[in-house]
Amino acid sequence: MEAFQVFLDTILTRQDLILKSTLEHLYLSFLAILIAVGISLPLGIYISKKRKVAEFYIGITAVLQTIPSLALFGFLVPVLGIGAVTALVALIIYALLPILRNTYTGITGVDEGIIEAGEGMGMTKRQILWKIQLPLSLPFMMAGIRTATVLTVGVATLATFVGAGGLGDVIWRGLQSWNNSLVLAGAIPVALMALLFDYILKLVEKKVTPKGINL
Amino acid sequence: MITFNNVTKTFEDGTKAVDNVSFTVNEGNLVTLIGPSGCGKTTTMKMINKLISITSGKITINGNDIAHEDDVELRRNIGYVIQRIGLLPHMTIEDNVALVPKLKGWKKSEYLKKVDDLLDMVGLEPNIYKKRYPLELSGGQQQRIGVIRALAGEPPIILMDEPFSALDPISREQLQDELKLLQKNIHKTIVFVTHDMDEALKIADEIVVMKEGGIEQIATPSQLLQHPANNFVESFIGEDRAKRAIVSGETRKANAIMQQLPSTLETSNMHVVTQDTAIQEVARVMLLKNTDTIIVTNSTGAPTGLIEKNQLLQELAGIKEEVQ
Ligand SMILES: Nc1ncnc2c1ncn2[C@@H]1O[C@H](COP(=O)(O)OP(=O)(O)OP(=O)(O)O)[C@@H](O)[C@H]1O
Ligand SMILES: [Mg+2]
Repeated sequence: MEAFQVFLDTILTRQDLILKSTLEHLYLSFLAILIAVGISLPLGIYISKKRKVAEFYIGITAVLQTIPSLALFGFLVPVLGIGAVTALVALIIYALLPILRNTYTGITGVDEGIIEAGEGMGMTKRQILWKIQLPLSLPFMMAGIRTATVLTVGVATLATFVGAGGLGDVIWRGLQSWNNSLVLAGAIPVALMALLFDYILKLVEKKVTPKGINL
Repeated sequence: MITFNNVTKTFEDGTKAVDNVSFTVNEGNLVTLIGPSGCGKTTTMKMINKLISITSGKITINGNDIAHEDDVELRRNIGYVIQRIGLLPHMTIEDNVALVPKLKGWKKSEYLKKVDDLLDMVGLEPNIYKKRYPLELSGGQQQRIGVIRALAGEPPIILMDEPFSALDPISREQLQDELKLLQKNIHKTIVFVTHDMDEALKIADEIVVMKEGGIEQIATPSQLLQHPANNFVESFIGEDRAKRAIVSGETRKANAIMQQLPSTLETSNMHVVTQDTAIQEVARVMLLKNTDTIIVTNSTGAPTGLIEKNQLLQELAGIKEEVQ
């Protein structure tokens, strides 16, 4: 009970720091996801038409993702210096793979028979993309975005090491000063944020799943 | 009119799916492509709407080489019933059926009416089914939708790839009848792929029998039954020769099966039929008159041949060869 009291006190006394860090965290994660979506959706659509090079692109992003996150931030500092840009680039790199891969599998997974019917009825390539392939792969894309978002919210705690702020700041200060309450005060919002995004995006995923395909 | 001129298709992997094929589908005719699995029926069909490119040779529609036609424009005027049905699962039945009319820019009221008419035609109550999604229909119902979707844009040519394969025998017969009627009434040119000889015999104006990418025989149903070009065609027609009798019997006359009249035979008090009496009718007369032999006369009434009861039975059963 006492520990809990200490925890509440910590939150109260450090609320400015926590609030500021939470907003930074949100901002970083959100921007990173937005840009990652902006890159991987079109790229995923593009490579779904070029199946031979697709594995290559997906391979690259897969390799990037195997770099330990801390190391990736480390690699980027000499190139991009410290600051929000470095953190963003690292986060974007992390978010690319799930979205790219899901977009690709979503589009290429649409039943050949359905595409053939569309072609056979005289739909143009563009109509097939917009009226058949995209609606049918939307749930996959959303699932990819959801995975990427949860991942990004977690990894964004490392932004503190390149001076980009975020809830990592709070956690790191807590660790340095042996203040477990402060560590928790940083870690819990991260977890809540991840859960919240996951939940919201799950709803969106359901919403965009065309009626008629999951009856 | 669709014409194949020495058309060959070799896939990238070297498979020669269609090998130097030539045939013509006349306007308003229903032609079936039939043959064992993998013989190139689907490939042949898909070259007509350019879903598969031609390796060599030429296909013309009403004299125009399809190589020079715009793919999309060509396809909007050729109805296509795909072997795997291929309904768009995220669209309602109405949207599926109305797809080509919409692509062609029809007015809403026009295509909505068309959807209702077509659903009625295949026995699916529009108000129940048009707002449903494909997965809410049975396999057979989906197949009907696949068929009417190809008709919706009122194309002069329709390609159908085993369109009735998922139907129970009763609905299948029913749709075959519908199709035949439709083709007669509104003069559609139809290319119809099937595995099923009964189906081909029933609906086709002409049958193209294929094997390993080539054509074995092109004939009308009755020609095919009476004069199979080779053993392959014969075996494909099936051992069940009764089929043969059903179709050929309709057109066969007494003079086609009569035997020579022995010169010594006294015919004056025997029963007679004229030479162009259908053989079923001959059988009826024989039964009524309770006789085993009947005399066939020519148009002037002179005796020209005779038919015996056993021989007639064999003809009707279509088992002439085996007995001899
Ligand atoms: N895209 C392709 N690439 C290579 N070979 C193919 C391709 N499509 C079809 N084939 C081959 O071409 C041959 C003819 O195929 P097709 O689909 O025309 O047969 P089919 O007569 O329609 O058979 P079924 O009755 O089973 O539908 C087969 O040997 C098949 O394996
Ligand atoms: Mg086939």
